[in-house]
Amino acid sequence: MLALRGLAWLLLLQALGEALTHALSLPFPGPVVGMVLLLPSLLWAPLREPVKAAAELLLAHLSLLFVPVGVGVITHLALLSQYGLKLLLVIALSTWVGMAVTALVLRGLLRKPPAPEEAPHG
Amino acid sequence: MADFVQLWVYLSSTPLFGLTATLVTYVSAQAFYERMQRAPWANPVLWSVVAIGAVLLITRTPYPTYFAGAQFVHVLLGPAVVALAWPLWLRRAEVRQRGVALVLAALAGGAAAAACAVGLGWALGLPDEVLRSLAPKSVTAPVAMGIAERIGGVPALSAVFAVLTGMVGALSAKYLFDLMRIDVWAVRGFALGTAAHGLGAARALQVDADAGAYAGMALGLQVLLASLLMPLVFRWLS
Repeated sequence: MLALRGLAWLLLLQALGEALTHALSLPFPGPVVGMVLLLPSLLWAPLREPVKAAAELLLAHLSLLFVPVGVGVITHLALLSQYGLKLLLVIALSTWVGMAVTALVLRGLLRKPPAPEEAPHG
Repeated sequence: MADFVQLWVYLSSTPLFGLTATLVTYVSAQAFYERMQRAPWANPVLWSVVAIGAVLLITRTPYPTYFAGAQFVHVLLGPAVVALAWPLWLRRAEVRQRGVALVLAALAGGAAAAACAVGLGWALGLPDEVLRSLAPKSVTAPVAMGIAERIGGVPALSAVFAVLTGMVGALSAKYLFDLMRIDVWAVRGFALGTAAHGLGAARALQVDADAGAYAGMALGLQVLLASLLMPLVFRWLS
């Protein structure tokens, strides 16, 4: 019941997000606006327990939710076989470059700078 | 035999077929994944897609027939994306403190992935509209489609590229990060979510709670940055 109440809240925030993107013609999808709206809403304590229950359930099975979209790839098999290897090479290499660059930049920025008083004098 | 064919024709034309196929296949693939100690190559999304795709192709079942049932799973993606705010909420103090570093890393990684895809595709002689469809592939599929439309790509192609990108990321991230000696879960998750969006975040959530939270945030940041900046960059380039 708690998870169901949480799901109702999540859907409500998604709907609010969709409404906002349409009304203001924002270039963002409704669910992402809903995610941004949920963060400050969690300051309101009664929302937390139900949202926690629903979020834990949905996020534990997030992979499942991508299966229908994934199967959609079969509708473009002709194109994929036309450029097959080249496309796969481009997609794989650029994904690795993207992951590597993000990880290196973030690791570099999160490393704490040395404390100033340790600097040698004179 | 004729009876069986008739039964198959009847069943495969009701929404029950798509929903049942999705759940039964995924539950089996997930059990196999657990048995393989969650090895990346045993990814349950990959094998579910391969199995269901093969059944549809062999039985000549059109994708829309399958989707009539599978849509009941698909609609839950919306609230699931909203729910990504929960793991962020739990780490709000830490995230606020690291805000600038996270935005800079998301910008650098997103730009590197898009530039590399377009540049390499151009070098290999892929046609212009394919290049434009490749650019937003590190953004979650529905948003990638919207961006492709605005920069002169083909939305359906972008969705396919985004799904393939997500699978590559989910399958290979562990090996890449181990090779690079990146051992902080937050950094691994954030990089996976930046380059491989939802499918990457799904994998990160299965591996580690910190990695999952940061991957979810990276997915959201990439959506905001790419939808704002990518159309501007392409207008400036052409």
